[in-house]
Amino acid sequence: MATQPLEGIRALDFSREAAAPYSAMMLSFLGAEVVKVESKAKMGVVGRRMGFRYVDFNLNKLQVTLDLTHPKGVELAKRLIAISDVVIESNRPGAFGRLGLSYDEVKKVKPDIIMLSHSGFGQTGPESEYLGAAPVFAATSGLSYYTGYPDGIPTELRGTPDMRSGQYCAFAILAALFHRRRTGQGQFIDVAGRETNGAAIGDVLLDYTMNQRSQDRRANRDYTMAPHNCYRCQGENKWVSIAVATDEEWQALCRAIGQPELAGDPRFADGLRRWENQEDLDLIIEEWTLQHTDYQVMDTLQQAGVAAVPSMSSDELFTDPHLTERGFIHSLNYSDYDWLPDTPKPASDDILHFGMPWKLHSCPDAVRGRAPYYGEHNYYVFGEMLGMGREEIAALEREGAIA
Amino acid sequence: MANRALEGIRVVELASFVAGPYAAKLLGHMGADVIKVEPPEGDLARRMGPFKGDNPHSEKSGLFFYLNAEKRGVTLDLRHSQGMALFRQLLKEADILIEDSSPELRRELGLGYDDLKAVNPRLVVTSITPFGLSGPYKDYKAYYLNTFHSGGEGYCTPGSLGWILYSERPPIKTAGFLGEHDVGVCAANATMGALHFAEANGVGQQVEVSKQEALANIIRYDLAVHNLGYNESRASRMFPIGGLIQCQNGFVMILPIERHMWDGVVDLMGDPEWLRDEKYDYDRIARSVMLTEEDVRRGMKDREDVNSFLQEWALEHTKEEIFHSLQERHCLCGMVFDAHDLVNSAQVQHRGYFVEIEHPVVGRVKMPGAPFKHSGTPWAVERPAPLLGQHNEDILLGQLGHSHEELVRWRQAGVI
Repeated sequence: MATQPLEGIRALDFSREAAAPYSAMMLSFLGAEVVKVESKAKMGVVGRRMGFRYVDFNLNKLQVTLDLTHPKGVELAKRLIAISDVVIESNRPGAFGRLGLSYDEVKKVKPDIIMLSHSGFGQTGPESEYLGAAPVFAATSGLSYYTGYPDGIPTELRGTPDMRSGQYCAFAILAALFHRRRTGQGQFIDVAGRETNGAAIGDVLLDYTMNQRSQDRRANRDYTMAPHNCYRCQGENKWVSIAVATDEEWQALCRAIGQPELAGDPRFADGLRRWENQEDLDLIIEEWTLQHTDYQVMDTLQQAGVAAVPSMSSDELFTDPHLTERGFIHSLNYSDYDWLPDTPKPASDDILHFGMPWKLHSCPDAVRGRAPYYGEHNYYVFGEMLGMGREEIAALEREGAIA
Repeated sequence: MANRALEGIRVVELASFVAGPYAAKLLGHMGADVIKVEPPEGDLARRMGPFKGDNPHSEKSGLFFYLNAEKRGVTLDLRHSQGMALFRQLLKEADILIEDSSPELRRELGLGYDDLKAVNPRLVVTSITPFGLSGPYKDYKAYYLNTFHSGGEGYCTPGSLGWILYSERPPIKTAGFLGEHDVGVCAANATMGALHFAEANGVGQQVEVSKQEALANIIRYDLAVHNLGYNESRASRMFPIGGLIQCQNGFVMILPIERHMWDGVVDLMGDPEWLRDEKYDYDRIARSVMLTEEDVRRGMKDREDVNSFLQEWALEHTKEEIFHSLQERHCLCGMVFDAHDLVNSAQVQHRGYFVEIEHPVVGRVKMPGAPFKHSGTPWAVERPAPLLGQHNEDILLGQLGHSHEELVRWRQAGVI
């Protein structure tokens, strides 16, 4: 019995920056063997300058360095493709093809390959060659426009649109792998970061397509619930989210904050009144939350049956008792890691990572090892997997194909 | 039609609002047969906007329309023993159950994995909850606002210009129900993992998705600065040069993350005079990767100067002009699209991103289509979201083999 869902599946990850590499890490969480292929000369900004980020979405992978502008580099890449099931790349559309690695070429080497190309705007169309990155996906999909305060400006988002797009890539590959499992057929998958991100705000876009209306930005506001906001707590830059949907929860909140008389205040008599007077309500609640820490507010209100959770900072997430007990936080040792010179070094050799975003009960923990450094597995992959001799590998290193 | 990747896979969805339904929708568009089980009063999303024509009618919710396309719908009251019996009968023939019950309901109805495994040992049971099925917060109450803020992105939103302008205001959630969709994709991935496992081994399993953990993963890139000893916050979530810039008719994201990209910006601006001052040298500013509030404060003045020069220039130009001109110069840039811009974009139209679908109550509606394009087994939409109970007969009579008389009796008893 296979112990991991993707046992026996090998994915070659030629992708750079964050989105597509995250998809390959997700496949590794399901048991796939992932070999990351990059060139030291062509590495992305994240890999080159932000190693502390790079390691966080490349866990579990093997790493080899290949210069794909060198003919022998491409030749080696093809030998790896021949023993792989999935190829992932995120070059500018057309660029991978110019290296001799278009889907048609790749398919000749491995007819049932599943190849995914991730880009900002897609492999086709007049703007297909435009450059993309997470904040650009957010800007060009509507996310930035519709995030913000009602009287404010749009919002710049940083890494999240990449991780989001990576998740969609993983799903696209998992579906294609399932089809291949049943039919033996591979295929090509074209994913655009702006399109994956746009798909996650379908309801906002439908307001326009149904009603020709561009929605207002809503900050924390809900259409019917109030209170429904983040409130400042004791300490520096600490916040808690509180949301109340029913009269019962409202009355419980009033009792829990020691103001049972508020429940009888006509301004807040029912859901509609509370919504209309939510600004008054926010002031009253914040007066109370300011006297407590965000965790105290959560404890007190959850006990009373009211939904309250801190707006968690990274400090809080990495030390949260709940996440710790669930085994979500992993500490991995990087004392033997070869950090690139341009990257700020982490404060400690033990790096904290979030774990998998799910628990499959048949394979509870698939965070197997730290992220690799550039070229860490050249000898293992070319030697053990492709059966090349040490001398042959060393010669290709001298020629600059492995670099 | 072309064959689809998940043809022959049967999914039962016992979920409402966004995350669970979105996970099932993803499977459905790839060819799985999704049966959505709604309580007699319907999915919560039916009562949430936007509504077609601003009419809060249970068949006119755009949220519901989008999330439940490609499914068939059946209404069942699971608190009724006959309702539960029919539900179990559906599960016997299913490969996947996606459910998001509250802890109390899961206990009350016997929806724990051991109960369901007895019904169908091959079944993949995906349970989506705010904090997972174990741990101190497992029974905590959380609405979308709370789960979103439990994941870490809220605390860092809005950064950059939003932080500079509104630093006294609270952190906020992102557009629409973005975080719920993220959980949905994550749950679909986990479910697919278990489906692969079931295909290889002939056994199902429990799949647990904690919304908090799924969302923390979405912001892992940003929060990685934690390992440098810093707490990412609204104050630090920004770029050394550029970022969100206001222009004549909106906003653009200008991201010269490499020297050659900045050269493109300089070229477009016509090599302005202020650039002669060496304190605005690109390398000097960009190399000091700003990571902490302290760094930001220290480097803020020069960054602010550069950005205000950029801003001054941008206000003379349109977002379209800046977007296309900078992209032509190989500089990372995105204009801030609103829904109107998106629907009318030449690139978006070329890609056929929006698909139009006919619904018996709402009429013809455009919605975002394939988030990925498969060459062999393309994403497809063949049916609109189900009306409440639309496929009761189809499923209970046709599929489960019950009689018309039984159906009438169950309707009268309020089971369906």
